[in-house]
Amino acid sequence: MAMPASEIEALIKAAFPDATITIEDLAGDNDHFAATIVSEAFRGIPRVRQHQLVYAALQGRMGGELHALALQTAVPE
Amino acid sequence: MDNPVFAEIQSHIDSAPVMLFMKGTPMFPQCGFSARVIQILKHTGVPFKSVNVLEDPEIRDGIKAFSNWPTIPQLYVKGEFIGGCDIVTEMYQTGELQTLLTEKGITHDAAA
Repeated sequence: MAMPASEIEALIKAAFPDATITIEDLAGDNDHFAATIVSEAFRGIPRVRQHQLVYAALQGRMGGELHALALQTAVPE
Repeated sequence: MDNPVFAEIQSHIDSAPVMLFMKGTPMFPQCGFSARVIQILKHTGVPFKSVNVLEDPEIRDGIKAFSNWPTIPQLYVKGEFIGGCDIVTEMYQTGELQTLLTEKGITHDAAA
């Protein structure tokens, strides 16, 4: 039940090619992450929908093999 | 609405202006993320109801499809899905949550 940060980043990058992605392994256990994703894809979209797009990019892993991923999404300034 | 548990979930959502689907109870949250949302709701002073998904595997599974959201807790306000722990935390910190409650006409502690 763990997933390396590089794999998370690759999945997100595939869905949001323009994204600036920062992933922090909160507990050093490959299981509790915090991700900040900055992408134009989020412009004008409600926050709930932004997060749903990220979860979709993770293709069902969130809540399964990926236990905890604190998300913060934003558009480029 | 093809999933039979969806009707049950909807009736929970309709039963209170502020409804939290969580792990555990407000008194004894069984997950740090649920605990954090409880803490925020208590800070705002808003009355809310909760459903302990750990007591009902069908709701625990069904709510994820219902909301198109993979994790628990999940907060609903006046029937609208607001988000999970991250979004509720962010909205509380920016004051958006309190504004939302006011806009929806839900009594809470405005000074929170």
